[in-house]
Amino acid sequence: MARKEVDDRFKKFGTISFTAITKTNDFINYLEEGKVMGTKCKECGAVYFPPRSDCAKCLNSNMEWFEITGTGTLLSFSELKYAPVGFEDDLPYTIALLDYGDYKVFGRISQEIPYEALSVGMKLKTEFNNLPGGQLNYVFARP
Amino acid sequence: MGKVGIIGVGQSNFVRGYPGSIRELAFEGFKEAMKDAKIEIKDINASIIASAPEYDKQRSPAGVIAEYLGLIPQPTFYIESVCSSSSMGLRVAYSMIKSGLHDIIAIVGFQKMSEISSSESQERMGRGADIQWESPFGTMMPAYYAMYAQAHMAKYGTTGEDLAKIRVKAATYGQINEKAVYRKPVTMEMFTDPESNISATVAKPLRVGDCCANADGSSCIIVANEEKARALCDKPVWILGLGAASEAVNMAGRDLLTGLSVGIEAGKQAYEMAGVTPKDIDVAEVHDCFTIAEMMAYENLGFAKPGEGKDLITSKETYKEGSIPVNVDGGLLSKGHPIGATGGSQIRTITLQLRGEAGEMQVKDPEIGLVHNIGGVGLYGNVTILGR
Ligand SMILES: [Zn+2]
Repeated sequence: MARKEVDDRFKKFGTISFTAITKTNDFINYLEEGKVMGTKCKECGAVYFPPRSDCAKCLNSNMEWFEITGTGTLLSFSELKYAPVGFEDDLPYTIALLDYGDYKVFGRISQEIPYEALSVGMKLKTEFNNLPGGQLNYVFARP
Repeated sequence: MGKVGIIGVGQSNFVRGYPGSIRELAFEGFKEAMKDAKIEIKDINASIIASAPEYDKQRSPAGVIAEYLGLIPQPTFYIESVCSSSSMGLRVAYSMIKSGLHDIIAIVGFQKMSEISSSESQERMGRGADIQWESPFGTMMPAYYAMYAQAHMAKYGTTGEDLAKIRVKAATYGQINEKAVYRKPVTMEMFTDPESNISATVAKPLRVGDCCANADGSSCIIVANEEKARALCDKPVWILGLGAASEAVNMAGRDLLTGLSVGIEAGKQAYEMAGVTPKDIDVAEVHDCFTIAEMMAYENLGFAKPGEGKDLITSKETYKEGSIPVNVDGGLLSKGHPIGATGGSQIRTITLQLRGEAGEMQVKDPEIGLVHNIGGVGLYGNVTILGR
């Protein structure tokens, strides 16, 4: 009998992933196609980012993917001068939160936007990003 | 049903690199609380042990510590809500006493953070956030609180100078608290002096001076039912109100970025249960893991209106002589923040204040005190109101 293969696609997410196995693993395949996706409950219509495989509003697990498109509003951000273990080579980098109305997206600001150009309330878009070592994430860039 | 009273409080010195094991560290806070309560070990019916487990090499520390403290064969168990673990322990002890299950309970909080390096410690703190969706971006506690600071500055015009004033206050009292890890003064000038480490950026807009000092330490609170408290203790301090709340672990799940929703919610519950308002509070301990956290606590607890926390610190109303003294023991910023021990240390400070035994840090004749203790980046919140 063939050994069942472990689906650990999520270990590719971010500089260091702390999660390998999740029912939201398809997020990684979409990222590889250049798409950043959230999930929507097919039963009650609740939308989620980060993606969830189960709906906390109606307790269904019947979810579908939707793509994060257009721009969000920058709610806040911070540039790190110190990093946790394993992230030192990325310094300095800026983490941020974008508001899309129905949901929010947490991530990093694109290296192409200098810190001085950032301000709360500005519009940014979410886009796929390649990291060294075949890792993947997404960043917030100018629209 | 009767009240629940605090009959003994203790804490170790908060230090860098405690030269002993976790059980020996826990012993220090326990011993002081037992001397304070003047009871015998057999009088304690149960113990609650509180810490953040990721710093411990010992699996299930409760049993090991209970044994070392002589608290067997009484039941013992572990409570964890990161930095608010010992406040959560007090909440559980309260309910166990109210139910009649136990008469006297010891809550022992401890943390030995120095077993791992500072950056490893930061990595673990980052993993107190959403490890699946946020930690892979390289998050850590100061950066999350920096995002709150940035949002507060953008909305209310709060400045780095306003935040620095909170640290200067903390250091004023850290210098006179012999249990504090950081005993040195901090001046406003140090925040703008590039030669001073205080001014170094950690995560914009927060600087080294805006961040609390990691420390090793332990605390212990002994609580009893009303009958025992009155019989055993000359000055019992009563638990008047308890509030607790939780919030989305990820930032993406949060609606408020200029305050901590758990502080607001837990505060509301505690005020309601105690039947008091923010104006009735004579002395408070708030969770100042970062200067911005104290600023938000002023506003979330109703000591100031949203956006007016900066006016409260600027007018020095939160100093010992002010209308609402806050963290006059040095706070987490200068006294230090040994995660699992912090809530118990805050409760100890307010208990001593209400008993009039806070020495040089004593505020004038307080009757009602408040403890605000946050776990993680506003993930958990506990507010406890105490009275004479
Ligand atoms: Zn649903």
